[in-house]
Amino acid sequence: MSTIDPETLNSVLATDCGSTTTKAILIERRGSEYRLIVRGEAPTTVEAPFEDVTRGVLNAIMEVEELAGRKILDGERIITPQKGSEGVDLYISTSSAGGGLQMMVSGVVKSMTGESAQRAALGAGAIVMDVIASNDGRLPYEKIKRIRHLRPDMILLSGGVDGGTTSHVAEMAELLAAADPKARLGVGYELPVIYAGNKDAIDIVKERLGGKVALVITENLRPVLERENLGPARDKIHDLFMEHVMAHAPGYRKLMTWTPVPIMPTPGAVGLIIETIAREEGIQVIGVDIGGATTDVFSVFQGVFNRTVSANLGMSYSVSNVLAETGLPNILRWVPFEIEERDLRNRIKNKMIRPTTIPQSLEELIIEQAIAREALRLAFEQHKSLAVGLKGVQQERTISDTFEQTASGETLVRLDHLDLLVGSGGVLSHAPRRAQAALMMLDAFLPEHLTELAVDSIFMAPQLGVLSTVHPRAAKEVFEKDCLVRLGSSVAPVGVGRDGAPALRVSLELPGGRVEELSIPYGSMKLVPLALGQSAKATLRPEKGFDVGEGKGKERQVTLKGGVVGLIFDCRGRQPFRLPDDRAARIAKLHLWNEELGIYPARERSESPTPVLAGRA
Amino acid sequence: MAHSYTPGLKVTSLTTLRRERKLPLPGTVLVKEGDRVTAETIVARTELPGNVQSVNAANLLGVLPEDVAECLTKPVGAAVVKGEVFAESRSFFGLFRSKCHAPVKGTLESVSAVTGQVLLREPPIPVEVDAYVDGTVVEIHPGSGVTVETRGTFIQGIFGVGSEALGSLHLCVASPDEPLRESGIDETCRGKVVVGGSYVTTAVLRKAISAGAKAVVVGGFDDHDLRDLLGYDLGVAITGSEELGITLIVTEGFGSIPMADRTFELLKACEGRRVSVSGATQIRAGVLRPEIIAPRLDEARTGDGAGSAVEGGLKTGDLVRVIRQPYFGRLGRVTALPPELMPLETEAKVRVLEVDFGNGGRALLPRANVEMIES
Repeated sequence: MSTIDPETLNSVLATDCGSTTTKAILIERRGSEYRLIVRGEAPTTVEAPFEDVTRGVLNAIMEVEELAGRKILDGERIITPQKGSEGVDLYISTSSAGGGLQMMVSGVVKSMTGESAQRAALGAGAIVMDVIASNDGRLPYEKIKRIRHLRPDMILLSGGVDGGTTSHVAEMAELLAAADPKARLGVGYELPVIYAGNKDAIDIVKERLGGKVALVITENLRPVLERENLGPARDKIHDLFMEHVMAHAPGYRKLMTWTPVPIMPTPGAVGLIIETIAREEGIQVIGVDIGGATTDVFSVFQGVFNRTVSANLGMSYSVSNVLAETGLPNILRWVPFEIEERDLRNRIKNKMIRPTTIPQSLEELIIEQAIAREALRLAFEQHKSLAVGLKGVQQERTISDTFEQTASGETLVRLDHLDLLVGSGGVLSHAPRRAQAALMMLDAFLPEHLTELAVDSIFMAPQLGVLSTVHPRAAKEVFEKDCLVRLGSSVAPVGVGRDGAPALRVSLELPGGRVEELSIPYGSMKLVPLALGQSAKATLRPEKGFDVGEGKGKERQVTLKGGVVGLIFDCRGRQPFRLPDDRAARIAKLHLWNEELGIYPARERSESPTPVLAGRA
Repeated sequence: MAHSYTPGLKVTSLTTLRRERKLPLPGTVLVKEGDRVTAETIVARTELPGNVQSVNAANLLGVLPEDVAECLTKPVGAAVVKGEVFAESRSFFGLFRSKCHAPVKGTLESVSAVTGQVLLREPPIPVEVDAYVDGTVVEIHPGSGVTVETRGTFIQGIFGVGSEALGSLHLCVASPDEPLRESGIDETCRGKVVVGGSYVTTAVLRKAISAGAKAVVVGGFDDHDLRDLLGYDLGVAITGSEELGITLIVTEGFGSIPMADRTFELLKACEGRRVSVSGATQIRAGVLRPEIIAPRLDEARTGDGAGSAVEGGLKTGDLVRVIRQPYFGRLGRVTALPPELMPLETEAKVRVLEVDFGNGGRALLPRANVEMIES
């Protein structure tokens, strides 16, 4: 923002309105550097009785005021700029409140432009309700009925490479015009329709749809068969989302007037920070932000940034959808005790209908973390299959790839090349023990060879992302010093062996010159504490059939970075990683790994799980 | 701490409520401001454009798309009946004729010179919106609908499925902790909004459907049964459009949970009265909870203050319900609100409160895991 002079900023208040919780942080300049001072939070208030997102913002700010012992609010107004010890110089915010963006997309060939359109919409954070295509096997009247029934927030119409078919594009536009679709949010406005197809069909589309919908034309998302150009369509989706959908979230219009910096959607802001780390450190990064309604995955490989938003995978509003998508057995496989299916199903649904509750007993925490593993895994699967290059622009695909579109992302997201895996979002950032976050990420992402793990300590990546647009130095300083918690490094040989047979031998040269020799059998994990800021030289000697980056059975010399958890040697196997099929064996393995990493307190099932206030019966 | 926000559901004996009744697209409003309406009164009407059928005329006629228009035997805009010929072409010196028959009754909507498709639109589908509750029209939204105001008992559920329904309230259990059983459902339930106690199964719901009940209101329901009832796993709580033959309103949550005493007592007090119910639930932006409204239009306007107690912060003495394991569903009174963060069994440090469950049982619970209940 040209009106904001970074040098004059002494204090910044930043909020992130999540679908469940609104988080506020106060950043101040202390001497020559910027530091996080306090953080407050309050439930997001889109629900009755408030139905106004700003109420939750004010509640979170009031908590900041209390904790920091300083006045920021004058009634319901944020005092800006700072006057003495009152107020702040800048207020900024991100938001993912407002519910999901529900879209319908359309292309000519379902597996080609249809899928490209789907990637564009998903990448922009939408729930894709349906993909309508000329060859989707439905009769025209069935398609029309479907379009009419869906009532999406927005439609993305694509189809045809530039210079290619116009008749099929015209057919889709005609179907759309005939359906005369209405927007989900009522009679008030015209349904936004983005056309991102064959440029030769623009006039036909204008003629068919002009006046009936709010038509926006942008560049073809598949200009030639071998190349996608998703950026412009995604940008348009984003613009229209802010303009039409977010603005309908209760209180959102008011919030927009409180800040001089445009409110950024949470995933966009987190993406900015992830991209910055990768660029500045020259590394391959995956970042994940698991929220109440959505899970966002970000990756930077070979300098190419990708982002996907799994709109219906989350830990509160969408928790039941995780169950629906992955199935109960996949959740239960991470739970190291017996639980009745009926009971588990009810617990998950109760979390869905009362999304702000938190696990009180250890059993509940373990179940929640089991669900989180599956939400993360599914979101990552979606990311791998939908990852596209260069911020959605110009990802090259060969003709042969076009027949296997869904596998196309795998060439970009290489787990064996991954340097840093960063987790964010309540279930990871607020895990009572950091090792829990580390294991959840290892289980869900299955990083290979050598990977450093980190979490966003108190979940402030979104606020720092938006701050980086105004004051990059302040954002980076707070990110490095107060936000990112380095958990340590994982070493995971790729390969499969016999349970208990040797898989990896390690010579570790620890700080102080102590040398430790380890032999880690297949099917087990080993934790070696190594403090934050320390590093250890390691010689990794994988057994025949296992690869740590130099080829099967080949030795590798590396420097491993420590962290609050330490060094994790994960010899549970990769490609594939498989939990024992036998129930008792699976539970025994989970216990073994949990104990090695000190994941949970010794007592895992509670007879009397709640403490009672001292001195009271 | 800052303003403590504890979500809760409204359960109130007498309150004033307004409900917007709007058409899905512009139409005609049939009532005027000040009109007294019953739940069944149609307040607005419109016509949805009919379904569209497309006919690939170019293919059927064996002509180029741009020539289809010339082959029409009826002009665009003309009405056709099912089976009627609306386009014709001749080939081989006029010896062979190809014809296009209308697949449905409707009008010829358009002809595409690009695709060669002819679109036929079926007759419009009338759409009506009723008042949903007995009350008075207090606002007209020109061309789209009205706002109806009513006064009466208002109870929000936590989760529901199925659409709006109307019927007289009928208690099928004697106490809030008694499950609704098949034996409790009989012919007397026809056209009624049936109140159960703690629990209902799909089997019992099916019996209620066959007995002609309009809705079932109950404390708890199993997710397992919900999947049976819907035929799929519900992923996101956006409901209300299911066509199940019955509306289900769950007041407490998933599992077998006695209905809150106050809810049960209020429902009992409404026995035999006409109630409007809706199962529509949406637990994301623009929250919507299922509801039961029993209009009491003749009651004096005083007494509204007995409304929901959920809008303040928590304080000692407040009645709360635990909404998460391990004390899920239990009721108690707040006995302490320690300001400092306290560790839970999970080792997480959170803001807590102390609750007395009666019988001397007390526990520390995360503040996030209780909801206030009107006392």
